[in-house]
Amino acid sequence: MKRIVEWLPALVVFVLVVGLWEGLVRALHVQQFLLPKPSTIVSVFWTDRHTLWPAGWYTFKEALGGFAIGSGLGILAATVVGRFRTLGTALMPIFIAANAVPIIAFAPIFGAWFNPISPRSKMAVAGVLCFLPVMVNTLRGLNSAKPRQIELMRSYAASELEIWRRVRVPTALPFVFTALKVASVLAMIGAIVGEYFGGSLNALGVLINNAADVFQFPLAWAGILVASLLGIALYSAVVAAERVVVRWAPDTRDA
Amino acid sequence: MSVVEIKGVTKTFAQGNVTALENIELELEPGEFVSLIGPSGCGKSTLLRVIGDLTPPTHGTVTVNGKPAHRARKDGDYGIVFQDSVLFDWRTVAKNIALPLEMLGWDRERRKTRVDEMLDLVELRSFADHHPWQLSGGMQQRVSIARALSFEPALLLMDEPFGALDEMTRERLNLELLSIWEKLGSTVVFVTHSISEAVFLSTRVVVMSPRPGRIAGVVEIDLPTRTAETRYTPRFFELVTKVRELLRSRGEHLLPEEEELLEADR
Repeated sequence: MKRIVEWLPALVVFVLVVGLWEGLVRALHVQQFLLPKPSTIVSVFWTDRHTLWPAGWYTFKEALGGFAIGSGLGILAATVVGRFRTLGTALMPIFIAANAVPIIAFAPIFGAWFNPISPRSKMAVAGVLCFLPVMVNTLRGLNSAKPRQIELMRSYAASELEIWRRVRVPTALPFVFTALKVASVLAMIGAIVGEYFGGSLNALGVLINNAADVFQFPLAWAGILVASLLGIALYSAVVAAERVVVRWAPDTRDA
Repeated sequence: MSVVEIKGVTKTFAQGNVTALENIELELEPGEFVSLIGPSGCGKSTLLRVIGDLTPPTHGTVTVNGKPAHRARKDGDYGIVFQDSVLFDWRTVAKNIALPLEMLGWDRERRKTRVDEMLDLVELRSFADHHPWQLSGGMQQRVSIARALSFEPALLLMDEPFGALDEMTRERLNLELLSIWEKLGSTVVFVTHSISEAVFLSTRVVVMSPRPGRIAGVVEIDLPTRTAETRYTPRFFELVTKVRELLRSRGEHLLPEEEELLEADR
């Protein structure tokens, strides 16, 4: 019951915005290529479900693959760099500089490397996008244990491995999940933008791109709706996992 | 046999070429409650860390329970309490207290029994399954004390454990700590910058002076009883004055803010 009350304001705003959109498009006779009515988008979402939904699933798998590979490597790299401090001081400035590179610009290059039609080139884009935020945040988390906590563990004659397991890893978990939430969004962006540069015909990004090319804007919008729903689904899955793993944290419990 | 034996301990920090401790000599008998008091920069916390082998002395030796400090730490001969409770948010109160027991390899059954005893000792039984952030500062510090005592170390090191608490909570916890100490008979080294707290709790107050950190004098505390009323007795005032005079005698070394600190305690 409390949940519903909390969600109510957002729901009201959502309904109002969609209603206003529908009303204004009708009242002002806005051309469909500028902005289709929400009702049109939803009806296309349903009538073209046999092409749209499998395309969404195809792209979702690419995003998921990139998310898993990029995040996994990010956590692994942070663990290694965190363990060997000199490696960290040598690599961190480079990683931070790399973080500022607009990685999406590499999409056509990945297409050349991995075959533009194959889902692997999209996974590569999504994976590279996910890697850095996960790596940087995990490393920050691993180094966030307070000096007193480490000192306390030393007083118990704890080994480095024990300090790692009992202090550093639990401290890092909230940081990791914050990064995974960002990465889940980036993965969908990476997969779809990757497909804009070419890909299998039954991929969502290709479908949106082609629909826009031939002025089938309601179909393009319906594709965006599919992408949004899948993006929200992936993000929600990470949030759900966070609730299970980081049960103890004061700020996720009440969220 | 002394519980702690400090011989000719000097500690210098390479950064800034600071002499934190100079030629410290101190011995603690079993069951003693010794306070280290002095203005900030007198090295009292450093001395505590040297005893706990959390930082090595530059010169001199520290013996705990007849062993080198390093061996004593490896053997789990002391428990430590810091100013902030240093509890782990991902562990419940009971699990925080059980942490040193887990590391000593106690089985679940034995841990449970001991944790329950410790929860009773600090009167937090009904908070066993709470997380630290759900407790007040005073309660968190009681959990921290329970954790430090859970494995019955011979020595308890306390680094300004009540420094961050309000005056009322602090005085209540002083009484609670005394009753725990009387019950368990452990030896305590207690770092504080409150004169009245040091006099009220200790059997001996070691007054330290800064730059370089030295022992300025030692005051034996001979209070017959310690209750909430003890703080109003003439003997208590005499002892407080004695400690204050020792701190004052090195007054030329005090910075203005340290003067203020002493004034605030009056």
